[in-house]
Amino acid sequence: MFSYCADPETLDGLTWLSCYLTTGKHMAFYGAFGTVLLLLAITAPTALAFGFGGASAARSSLAPLRWVGKAYISIVRGVPDIAFFLFFVIALDQGFEWLRHQALCPGWDQPVRQGNDFVVCQAAKLPLSSAPQWIHEVYGFFLAVLTFAIVFGAFAANVLYGAMRAVPRAQLETAEAYGMSQRQCFWRILVPQMWVYALPGLSNLWMVLIKATPLLFLLGVEDIVYWARELGGTKTPQFTDYPHGDWRMWYFLALLVFYLAFTRVSELVLERIMARLNHGQATSGGDAQRTTA
Amino acid sequence: MKKILLGTAALALTAGVAMAQDTVRMGTEGAYPPYNFIDDNGDVAGFEIVLGNELCARAELTCEWVTNDWDSIIPNLVSSNYDTIMAGMSITDERDEVIDFTQDYYPPTESAYVAMSEEADFESGVVAAQASTIQAAHVAEGDAALIEFATPEETVSAMRSGEADAVFADYDYLKPIVDASGGELMFVGDPVPLGGGIGMGLRESDTELKEKFDAAITSMKEDGSLNELLVEWFGEEIGQY
Repeated sequence: MFSYCADPETLDGLTWLSCYLTTGKHMAFYGAFGTVLLLLAITAPTALAFGFGGASAARSSLAPLRWVGKAYISIVRGVPDIAFFLFFVIALDQGFEWLRHQALCPGWDQPVRQGNDFVVCQAAKLPLSSAPQWIHEVYGFFLAVLTFAIVFGAFAANVLYGAMRAVPRAQLETAEAYGMSQRQCFWRILVPQMWVYALPGLSNLWMVLIKATPLLFLLGVEDIVYWARELGGTKTPQFTDYPHGDWRMWYFLALLVFYLAFTRVSELVLERIMARLNHGQATSGGDAQRTTA
Repeated sequence: MKKILLGTAALALTAGVAMAQDTVRMGTEGAYPPYNFIDDNGDVAGFEIVLGNELCARAELTCEWVTNDWDSIIPNLVSSNYDTIMAGMSITDERDEVIDFTQDYYPPTESAYVAMSEEADFESGVVAAQASTIQAAHVAEGDAALIEFATPEETVSAMRSGEADAVFADYDYLKPIVDASGGELMFVGDPVPLGGGIGMGLRESDTELKEKFDAAITSMKEDGSLNELLVEWFGEEIGQY
């Protein structure tokens, strides 16, 4: 990075540290923070959308749709996360490739399953094996987002389902008395009012999601915990210009500070949203706002 | 005219597919120096990376390195997320049932115990080893209590922190660590010959690729360049072909 970093053995103190902390490996570590934040920024709304879909399906008046919604909520909530991440992602990836295989290679005469091997034609590979590494990484990231969204979507669906039922029945009856259709009642009365009941549950999920991001490495995405472990490990002089002992404690301490700061900021933001949602509502929080105003 | 255009487009597409077959994705762990590790620039480096690149050049293949967690390195190979494994993986019968190996590119060597003192009880005490390795299997068979870790780095830390009495791993992985410890760490007991050498792992259905790499390894063994590489990375005492 800096010109004086050419021969780190001659350096000491802060100059050494400034070189050490700007190696390519450390840059990858700093970049991984961005990966984690990006994952959260994409996953949270996607999971919420899955949750909304699941909850709406679970309270649908159409029986098959209702079954699908309820089955999604109970099955995904019941499977341990780690099993989901190890098994489901490989299955999902193979499912995509199998579909492409059927569509793109009709003339293929060999079985897709050969003993333990899963073999599809070259053109059906996802991404293509000739694709540059960054496409593979983006694809892995996409699988991670989808898996997180499905898992957390099921929990969100349950929270939203409960929240929809918590909106006072009288509100909906009034809307119906005004002549609103089912659809209008749902979108104009139920949905705007359910968030205040859903937020405590959703904020819990958000906190759990923040802390679940190290599962990324199971999916082949190199996240901050992977890099902290890799960078902190003992480095012997043969393989690096910056040998050091076991520094994992310091790296994990930095992660601790990052996660704590991040959850603290989240708390502050969630508090503000809660105050906003409570505004004018017949909840204890809403009542409190009226008496102080 | 339209037909000719379509024809060229189809030709271009099939050419693209033919090109696609030439990229071989090489899986490695990136946490097992000197075999494979991540260097200061964040790139993979080590004996297997140099060797793998040379093998690819000889087999006229385009190769790309991918890192993967040791625990899931075989499942990701058989589900075709990459095409080969070069991660210091010893050839064993158990693994051979699931995947195929080329001939060994690293001769069968010894595994060793490392501890903080000469008196460390590695025979019936607590021994740390990396999970799903031949070393872990060996410790599990003996009298010692086995504790497993996901990465080799953690096994050494466990021994340093006193959680384990000794660590059991490939001699060549431990040697640089012992050398760099300035006498704090030492080899204890006799080395144990384990495994059938290290080979490149491939899918069982991938016989064509296996033949190409086998031929490349043979040519490197014959012209002595593999021996040179072994000495360069592991020192004079390494077994040679």
